[in-house]
Amino acid sequence: MQNQSMHFQARAGRALADVRLQGVLKRFGSGFADKRDAARAAYGVDAFEELRTASAAIRDRGLEHLDSWLLRFEAEATRRGTEVRWAESAEDIRAQVLEICAQHGLKKAIKSKSMVSEEAGLNAALEANGITAVETDLGEYIIQLAKEAPSHIIAPAIHKDLDEVADLFATHHQRPRSTDIEKLTREARLMLREHFLTADLGLSGGNFLVAETGSVALVTNEGNGRMVTTLPRVHIAITGIEKVIPTLEDLSTLNRVLPRSATGQDIENYFTIVTGPRRADDADGPVHMIVILVDCGRTKLVGSDMKEMLRCIRCGACMNHCPVYQTVGGHAYGWVYPGPMGSVLTPVYNGIENALDLPQAATLCGACHVACPVKIPLPELLRTLREKQMEQRLRPWTERLGFAVWGFVARRPRLYALAASLGVRVLSWMGGSRGRISRLPLGRGWTRGRDLPAPEGRTFRSLYAARKFAVVYGERRRRAREARAARVQRGDPRA
Amino acid sequence: MRVGLLVTCLIDAMRPRIGFAALTLLEAAGCDVHVPHTQTCCGQPGWNSGERRSARDLAEKLIEEFEPFDYVVAPSGSCVGMVKTHYRDLFPGEGDWLARVEALAAKTWELTDFLVNVVRIETLPGDFHGTLTYHDSCSGLRELGVNTQPRALLAKLPGVELREMPDCETCCGFGGTFSIKFGEISAAMADAKCEHIAASGADAVVLGDLGCMLNIEGRLRRRGDTRTQVLHIAEVLSGRAD
Repeated sequence: MQNQSMHFQARAGRALADVRLQGVLKRFGSGFADKRDAARAAYGVDAFEELRTASAAIRDRGLEHLDSWLLRFEAEATRRGTEVRWAESAEDIRAQVLEICAQHGLKKAIKSKSMVSEEAGLNAALEANGITAVETDLGEYIIQLAKEAPSHIIAPAIHKDLDEVADLFATHHQRPRSTDIEKLTREARLMLREHFLTADLGLSGGNFLVAETGSVALVTNEGNGRMVTTLPRVHIAITGIEKVIPTLEDLSTLNRVLPRSATGQDIENYFTIVTGPRRADDADGPVHMIVILVDCGRTKLVGSDMKEMLRCIRCGACMNHCPVYQTVGGHAYGWVYPGPMGSVLTPVYNGIENALDLPQAATLCGACHVACPVKIPLPELLRTLREKQMEQRLRPWTERLGFAVWGFVARRPRLYALAASLGVRVLSWMGGSRGRISRLPLGRGWTRGRDLPAPEGRTFRSLYAARKFAVVYGERRRRAREARAARVQRGDPRA
Repeated sequence: MRVGLLVTCLIDAMRPRIGFAALTLLEAAGCDVHVPHTQTCCGQPGWNSGERRSARDLAEKLIEEFEPFDYVVAPSGSCVGMVKTHYRDLFPGEGDWLARVEALAAKTWELTDFLVNVVRIETLPGDFHGTLTYHDSCSGLRELGVNTQPRALLAKLPGVELREMPDCETCCGFGGTFSIKFGEISAAMADAKCEHIAASGADAVVLGDLGCMLNIEGRLRRRGDTRTQVLHIAEVLSGRAD
């Protein structure tokens, strides 16, 4: 998928001006976050904290020896009849999938949600080579009809309202338009059934890879994942190398934290562990199972100062809790992953210079960090990226100069006091009798959308110094007065 | 007990009365309050923008200025958060500095947290009468766990009726330089906050960080709301709110 993150500012502006999208975002609001809170409360707040700690530790354990666990996964999966392939880049993923298609003569793919396939721009590559690709997750299906990208990693069509879906279905299904959600869902099922039964390739992602058994674990809510992994002749699971975890026991812990963090569910509707292709006495399953282990920039993170990001289990909690995401929606971010995790992954995978706005487009409020099921310090990582931008001179010279001046002045208290007292006098004068500034020449970013409450006119330090002086001076005068009175009393001639 | 008051650069420049409110409260709690006159900024603007140099320089300066006191108190969650949770990242692998950082971090407190959990203040000088809604500023809430403390203090004022707003823990959109770099998004976030404040029906919104105050007040006024007061918790508690 082409990276449009450099246009974040403009895309966010369009999102803010889009009345319909704003309505959708308001309605979506904190829906998932509220559900997560309820699930956490039901689980027990303290117990949930322990679960987060344990989950982060499991992820770290896997990542610390990522190479060994991957080799173990490969060995175990191969032993059970799965073909394991490795892909280094997006181009590599496309080439390998096309190669498999050619090898097995595959013509039609049904897909279960896979963000890695979005990274690779797989659908377009398949279509260009005469292979039909049908998204079977309802949200993905909707945006495929609309020819759009996902705006949320687990609710890809969250930016669409009912009317838009009704229009899309009416156009593409050539059936009477309906705005009844149940009817629309049934219509989608009907349309998809035909595809499920005629496809020869099933493409899925993988939520986890279990090293000890060579299994791919998948969680879905619609059951489409099971159809994709069992019905077609060939199943390809494409997933990032960081998804490997050591054991099934680890999986059981992570699968407690994942659905609760994502949608507030205790468990997903469908939890599938796929271990190898159909065996001789199996009733169903694919004849060939292939796992493509994807790098696409991930190894750059191993052992780096951004390594915690590899813990990510793609639950979406960070975006569900992000006030910036909730204000501009997912498309503004311009690449596959939106929200806080996207603001880290996009520059890290695509080059820091190709996503300059994203690490800056956060208030560092910390809501994502608190919600993250594997405790990724997202605000710290964003801050680290800001530091890299600064070091690599990717920030405007005005900003760098501004901080140099600030640092210089703030280290010199007298100069600082002088500058501050002049500054607040000017601003206070600008505020006039209303006490607020509506237009600030050097602060348009602030005053376009709000006033700047004017300062009071004097700095604390000057008022405090004056008060202290008054106290000391008053004390001296009081003492002098008392001394004189004492002298009078004594009949001292000096009185 | 000798308490160093970290006024913060924003309060020094924009709202000195909040500094005096904090001073009043600390004195009411029986503290021997000192205000180092060389203090400027904790270094947070540089740190949050990835500019380590100024952050580090200012951190050294602040540590030297405030380490003589028994406690350091600031009427700001974000500045205290900077000292308590981020200073250590400015001195990686420097044992001597880290020891000083840890010692300072251990005795640095956000104002309401200090009043409730250290000096356990019983009577407050404030006598505010009216309805208030409380906004939980992000750094105080998530870096320091400031949440029940301000509410407990407000509950000690008989004239105050607290009316919680929806999503009181959601960011107001300030975010330091974010508010200028992404002014439009920031203002839209502030707008959502204003709607929630209005929904509470309170006369005033009270909070503990000046950056958020300026953002919220600026947006309220631009929306044409000249009625809702925006107050710092120290102003309400000290009786310096008009």
